[in-house]
This record gives sequence, structure tokens and C-alpha cells, in this order.
Amino acid sequence: MEMLTVKNLGISFGGLRAVDSFNITIEKGELYGLIGPNGAGKTTAFNLLTGVYKPDTGVITLDGKNITGLSTIEINKAGIARTFQNIRLFRALSVLDNVKIGLHNDYKYSTLAGILRLPSYRRIEKQMNEKAMDILKVFDLDKEAHLLSANLPYGKQRKLEIARALATNPKLLLLDEPAAGMNPSETDELMKTITLIRKKYDVTILLIEHDMKLVAGICEKIFVLNFGTELANGLPGDVLNNPEVVKAYLGE
Amino acid sequence: MTKIKELNKSTRNNIITLGIILVFYVLCQILIAAGVMSNLMQGLLVPLCYYSILAVSLNLTVGILGELSLGHAGFMCIGAFTGAFFTRCTEDSIPNVFIRYTIAVLIGAIFAALFGGLIGVVVLRLRGDYLAIVTLAFGEIVKNIINALYIGIDEKGFHISLQDASNLKMAEGGDIIVNGAKGITGTSRDTTFTIAILLLILVYVIIVNLINSRSGRAIMAIRDNRIAAESVGIDITRFKLLAFTISAAMAGVAGVLYSHNISSLVATPKNFGYNMSIMILVFVVLGGVGNIRGSIIAAVILTLLPEYLRFLADYRMLIYAIVLIVMMIFNWNPACITWRKNHSFKDILQSVFKNKKEEAKASGKEEA
Ligand SMILES: Nc1ncnc2c1ncn2[C@@H]1O[C@H](COP(=O)(O)OP(=O)(O)OP(=O)(O)O)[C@@H](O)[C@H]1O
Ligand SMILES: [Mg+2]
Repeated sequence: MEMLTVKNLGISFGGLRAVDSFNITIEKGELYGLIGPNGAGKTTAFNLLTGVYKPDTGVITLDGKNITGLSTIEINKAGIARTFQNIRLFRALSVLDNVKIGLHNDYKYSTLAGILRLPSYRRIEKQMNEKAMDILKVFDLDKEAHLLSANLPYGKQRKLEIARALATNPKLLLLDEPAAGMNPSETDELMKTITLIRKKYDVTILLIEHDMKLVAGICEKIFVLNFGTELANGLPGDVLNNPEVVKAYLGE
Repeated sequence: MTKIKELNKSTRNNIITLGIILVFYVLCQILIAAGVMSNLMQGLLVPLCYYSILAVSLNLTVGILGELSLGHAGFMCIGAFTGAFFTRCTEDSIPNVFIRYTIAVLIGAIFAALFGGLIGVVVLRLRGDYLAIVTLAFGEIVKNIINALYIGIDEKGFHISLQDASNLKMAEGGDIIVNGAKGITGTSRDTTFTIAILLLILVYVIIVNLINSRSGRAIMAIRDNRIAAESVGIDITRFKLLAFTISAAMAGVAGVLYSHNISSLVATPKNFGYNMSIMILVFVVLGGVGNIRGSIIAAVILTLLPEYLRFLADYRMLIYAIVLIVMMIFNWNPACITWRKNHSFKDILQSVFKNKKEEAKASGKEEA
């Protein structure tokens, strides 16, 4: 079943065509990789999918609904969540609060109920704490729940970002270089976690990654971007041996 | 174990703060009853409360929302005038002071919130320093308009003019309530220390509960990282507006306290000008941005200090400035922060009641 279809997506920054006629189709439940050399337009593609930038051309359809041009907030509500290449945590808040903010739209009580500490406040806060701790456990962050998120080591900050994105209960999770800055054992652990959350939370994943071991290890299908346009797509084995792709990465 | 302890940490802190306020209140009442409190100090009790409310409420905008507002005195001014206006009009029709005062507080808060919301809608969509500039201008405009505002009442109803009192064209026996630069006079001075403390506690609880709720987290998420907050579906404009409006409403409450503590209310640069806004900002910054208890402490110290330094005559402001600098260093210097961590109140208590076994146990648990 097609979950996300992107047709002819493009954006320019001044004279630079950062993404051009970008097409992808994402099936529910699969794990996709988006690769490409530095500056190929991968992060920009994520920013277009999540409404951070408005595309000049193209149509994005999520589960049959046209979401092109919607705001980031509406797109998140429609079911796309993401992480950032340069980590963006709520640094002055605890690890637990970071995840609870991800739960914001699924667990609601009014501002007044919060100020007056009405029963709905107590009940829903309790549910939020339980749910958030559940998610943190999956990422092995439950022991750090009450630490300031800024004080987490780098690898754990990356994991917390994924946990927070997952808390919004997305259909599609976009991960921008989740393993960047991690050592090999952290990367291994992350791969296991990603495989686990796919099943546990029934979420489709598209991830940008430079670590080819990770990409080849867990992705079922790969898209390759170069200079803003799609260079190749297909199974990891085929794509990574494609001479065009090798050339794009290694140069002439 | 640690979980429960940590979860309750902010709640515990808040209860401590409330305890301190109550102890302060009881202490003052005892001193007054014993007749040992100076007139100067007695006159400062209510101002301490409204300055604290102003500092706490501005901290919601500056520390929790992370936006710079330079017009807090403007919201206070609106609360002061609308509240006093109401009291002045209803002194005969609502003889019950409690009911009248409650309504006056609500009116002051609602009108201040209304203006806060209006400015917020216009400005909060913009980024950067716009809010600071617009609020600064707003504060000055409010003060100047009120200085030119004439409102009178006679049997035919209200008359409003922005020129002078004779323009009101009032019938014989009419009563001028707002008299331009002369302001509102003859409001009954209903504010008492008890009311002021109660309102301070109310404002404190509202703001602290807000911070520790779903909406408060959304507000702090916007402060910490707007783009990430959007990415998890937080409605930026809505929660910015919420914080800003509540902050303005609380300043309005402080205004009502203020206007019912004096017999003639006028809008001068001193009480509602930008100097006042800056002074409130100083309370917030020195008390610690985002630290609600700190705002109260800073407001109290920095209100009492100039009064008690009067004997220094011309050197007063010099000492005041030095204290500001010392407080700033104490609050923000990394070396001082570590020193404070190692010499916390709790540690001092522990060393006084030395019980080595207990201590070892406690620290063992904390590490676990
Ligand atoms: N907001 C912007 N304004 C102008 N140019 C931009 C903007 N965002 C991205 N670009 C440009 O678009 C191109 C693609 O950038 P992008 O960040 O998408 O690359 P990337 O594939 O994610 O690279 P990397 O692997 O280094 O993260 C780059 O040349 C970049 O400089
Ligand atoms: Mg990138």
C-alpha cells in the first residue's frame, strides 16, 4: 500500500536548485534509505516533506491526502515526524519532558485544568508519564528521564530526538543522519533500536545516512540523490554497486 | 525512589516558596501587632507584593516564553486605571469591599489581558526584537493616552473626551472620574497587606502550575527550540499568545493592588513609564531568568534596599548599583554557582545536625 508519494518536488534558493524533480513512493511498513553526497539536497528534501520549506513545484500525498504547502504543525498532525541533522532538543527541559512534549497533541487537557490541577490534569499527566517512560525504555533512556536533556551524551541526544518524534505517533518517521557522531557500538545498538521501533510502533521509516554499513544493513530500499535530483533507486545491493552512484560518491 | 523524589522536586520547591511567603506574612503581622515595625516598612509591605507579582509575571514572558517585553508597566497601568475606575464608579452601589475588590481585580486583569492579547496577535508572529520595541512603545502610548483622557459621569451616563474636562459637556452635579493628567482621585484605599499577600500567592500558584502543565511545557518548548516545537505539532502562535496574555493579566492584577493603595492615581513616567518596565526586568534578570522564586526575592531586596539606603543620601544609588553588580555575579558567575551548589541550605542544615550514619545512607541512596 502506498503511504507517501512525492511527485516532481523542487525548490530553489536564489540561483541554486537544491532539490529538482524529486520523485519517491513509500510503501507502508518499509524502511527506506536516502543517500547522496554532501550538499545533494537530502536535508532540504526532508524540510520540504515536513513543510519547513514550501516547494516551488510538485505534490506530496500522504495516505491519499494532499499535504503540499501545509504548515509543519499540520503535517506533523497528519502523521509525519522527524529528527534533525543538527540536534534540536528542548535543552533546558528534562529528558522526560522532551518526550512529553511529543505527546502534546495526543494527550490533552485544558490550560485551565492544568492551572487548577483538576482531576483531568492528574489523570492525563499520569498517562503521559507512563507513555513517555515506555518510549524512553525502548531507547534505554529511562534511567536518564530526569536529567536535563542538554546534559546527555551526544549519542543519547540523538536517540532522544527519535523518541520525541516517535511520541507524536507518526505514520512516517524521517531520520536525518541518526548515527552521525556515534561510535560503532552505538551505531549497532541504534540499528537494533530502529528495527525494534518499526515493529513495535508500526511506523514506516525514511532515513538519511552516510554510514553505508547501517544503510545496507537495515534499509530495504534506497534512494540516491545527487545535485538535487534522483540518481538511482532500488535494493541496497544493486544501488550501492551502481557505477553512477559510486562515481557520485568518489568523483571521477 | 529517585523517580518519585525528582518528580516532586518542583512541587517541593513551590511549597517551600509558599511557606516562605506565609512565614514572612505572619512575621510582619506579629511585628505590626507588637508595634515594633517602622512606618516606612509598613508602607512598603504592599509595594513588595505588587513588585513581586510584576516580576513573577514578567518572568513568564521573559524566562518561560523567552521573549523580551519592555512594556510591562503599560499592562500594570491598564490594570490600575480600569480597576480604580470601576471602584470609583461603584463605591456607593457595591458597599461590600470584598465583592467590589474581587470584581476590580478581575476587571484589571481582563483589560490588561485584552491589550496583551491584542499586541500579541500583531507582534508575536514576528521574530526577533520586534516584541521588545513594540511593547516599549505600547507602554509609553498607554501612559500618554491616559494622561489625556477625561471620563465623567452624570445622570445621562458616561462622557469621554481626549481634550479637556470642559469638553465632557457634563450636566450639573456630574462627577469627573478620570481627570486627564490629574488621574483618578478619591478611590477608596482598599488594598491591605493581607489582600496583597493573597493575590501574590494566587499569581504565584497560577504561574507555577501553568509552567508545570501541558501548556507550560509547550511554551518552554517554543523557547528552547521553535523549529523542533513546530516539528512535534506545537501551535507556536497560540502558546506564545497564551503566555503573553497571562503575563499581561497578572501585571494588571499588580496594577489594581497599586491603584487601591494610593488615594490619587496618576500616570507618570515614574510609576508607569519605561523606567518602571526596565526595573521589573532588572528584578527578573537578577532573580534568574525563568526562576520564579528568584524573581520574588530580587523584587523584595531591590525594593527594600533603596529605601533603607536613604541615609546615605547621594551615595544611595552608588551602593544600589554595586549591589546589583554583586547580585549579578552571585547569580551568574560559574564559580559562584558551583560554590552555591556546594554550600546549599540543605547542606548547612545537615552539617548542623550532624548524623554521619544518616548522611552516608542518604548520599548512598542518591547515587543509586
Ligand atoms: N535555506 C537555504 N538557503 C540557501 N541554500 C540552502 C538552504 N538550505 C540548503 N541550501 C543549499 O542546498 C543544498 C543542499 O543542502 P542540504 O542541506 O539539503 O544537503 P544534504 O544533502 O543534506 O547534505 P549533507 O549530507 O551535508 O547534510 C546545499 O548546497 C545547501 O547549501
Ligand atoms: Mg543534510
